[in-house]
Amino acid sequence: MLHDKDRIFKNLYGEQSWGLEAARQRGDWDGTAELVAKGREWLVQQVKDSGLRGRGGAGFPTGLKWSFMPKQSDGPVYLVVNADESEPGTCKDREIMRNEPHKLVEGCLLAGVAMGCSAGYIYIRGEFVREAEVLEAAVREAYEAGLLGKNACGSGYGFELYVHRGAGAYICGEETGLIESLEGKKGQPRLKPPFPAMVGLYGRPTTVNNVESIAVVPTILRRGAAWFAGLGREKNTGTKIFCISGHVNQPCTVEEEMGIPLKELIEKHCGGVRGGWNNLLAVIPGGSSVPLMPKSVCDTVRMDFDSLREAGSGLGTAGVIVMDKSTDIVKAIARLSKFYMHESCGQCTPCREGTGWLWRMMERMAQGRARIEEIDLLFDVTKEIEGHTICALGDAAAWPVQGLIRHFRPEIERRIVEYTKNARAAA
Amino acid sequence: MSAPSKAEVRGEMAPDVTSFEFTPANLEEARAVLARFPADRRQSAVLPLLHMAQKQHGGWLPRAVLDYLADFLGIPKIRVYEVASFYDMYNTEPVGRVQVRVCTTTPCWLCGSDDVVKAARDVLGCEIGQSTDDGRFFLREFECLGACSNAPVLWVDDDYYEDLDYEKTRTLLEALKRGETPPAGPQSGRKGSMPIGGKTTLLETGE
Repeated sequence: MLHDKDRIFKNLYGEQSWGLEAARQRGDWDGTAELVAKGREWLVQQVKDSGLRGRGGAGFPTGLKWSFMPKQSDGPVYLVVNADESEPGTCKDREIMRNEPHKLVEGCLLAGVAMGCSAGYIYIRGEFVREAEVLEAAVREAYEAGLLGKNACGSGYGFELYVHRGAGAYICGEETGLIESLEGKKGQPRLKPPFPAMVGLYGRPTTVNNVESIAVVPTILRRGAAWFAGLGREKNTGTKIFCISGHVNQPCTVEEEMGIPLKELIEKHCGGVRGGWNNLLAVIPGGSSVPLMPKSVCDTVRMDFDSLREAGSGLGTAGVIVMDKSTDIVKAIARLSKFYMHESCGQCTPCREGTGWLWRMMERMAQGRARIEEIDLLFDVTKEIEGHTICALGDAAAWPVQGLIRHFRPEIERRIVEYTKNARAAA
Repeated sequence: MSAPSKAEVRGEMAPDVTSFEFTPANLEEARAVLARFPADRRQSAVLPLLHMAQKQHGGWLPRAVLDYLADFLGIPKIRVYEVASFYDMYNTEPVGRVQVRVCTTTPCWLCGSDDVVKAARDVLGCEIGQSTDDGRFFLREFECLGACSNAPVLWVDDDYYEDLDYEKTRTLLEALKRGETPPAGPQSGRKGSMPIGGKTTLLETGE
């Protein structure tokens, strides 16, 4: 169990001011110049040693990602922060940006130094108007206090930081789609390689990190890599912000230790599943893109990258969507198919055409207006989309449907049989 | 832009125009935005400038506004058109001035977004995707708004209204119709996204 003293985000609920003075009292911007002075190698090594894995969904080791940036550069090098938080079920970065913006701003400077960046852009989803206002004000405060700019924190290091608003496109959460959008274009992902670390924003070396990944960095550096690595378990270290939505008595956002059992997370912080644990039908543990898990898996699974992968799902963004037995599970997943259809950027045929096809098929499955063998066809088509597109949106559209078929095939079949029977009776 | 026939301007909707320019304040703001990017990367400012222009014009972007921005940035018109039509937040057809968006993606749907949609239709008297007859309100569906722990959510202009149900949505929209601006955020009385029964963490800190 995580103690309050080990929680990084003390103002997660906005009970205190987000402003610089209150942030300093919470420990932000304390001795930042000394951390900067320790230099690039030390910073990267600390983050590597902490075991921090990216909090945006993929879970790639953050320190390793930072080390891919060129050591020498003949021009600008960029940090881009992905604050496009749009994965259904996810609302953690929002709390950081509106309640703890200085953790993010300070983290940007330190990450910038660690990668030799001259400037950083925080790309925030357009819908977060108020959150962007707070973040912009926090950046302004930091400039006025000399914490950012030509001589950041009096360290001699020059670092500029800007907030940039998106305009409502899920695909801009994909790192190269985000870069395109930041360049003022449609958010259509780029083919990789070349990877952004070589050719990113304006063709320059760029690293794109999630808000939470960056915002935890200052605390890790101050408390030590060993402290962070001592939380959770091997390769799944540290604390994590979980957002729990759906059929729990008290939906909430909460910072917990990586690896907390799902059942404990829900019972301790969310007042349990509506109607009790036995009323649980399924959980989507990491935002809409990961496969759902039936109750039997939820009984024992731990909330970390590797445990959830072994359970056939994923930690993703740790957006936990809880569904009780009253849920029309086929309709719930069909609605996600509609989401992916709407958000497909249209660039790759399997995704552009496939997501619409999946949605129409899923709508029929929800009604039972289908043939039994079409379930296999549906599964096959998800496999044709998965892995055949430039970015992972195709995969993300495929997995929820695959998870549904894997775990709830009898329910889909039951509907088909019932619909067919009723249709015959009517005829 | 794909729509050859435009929806009609009616009531209080912002008019279609043949020319446009930023107000002096917005012009100053636009220059500040441009300063964030390398001098030869003016196109990067297109999203922020579209936001500013849409707000200034009253909720939608006539062709003349897009053309003005293309000139302002020194980029081909198509580069502005394709961005304006790609992103959900830009309206390229006339819509009501107050934008009411209901999130109906699965987390909100599980928590009763159907009731929010129903309340919005009942109070505004229009369907999803339509504007009210007087041109004041534009009602639309939006994909996940990223406030799932506070579902269901309604996004009105710049503010989120959270923890809604049928009655709360009704009350909220009726107040908006009367020209009031009810306090944004959770309508359940809780602070942010903390558990409604009280905090389970951060018990040593607080106000």
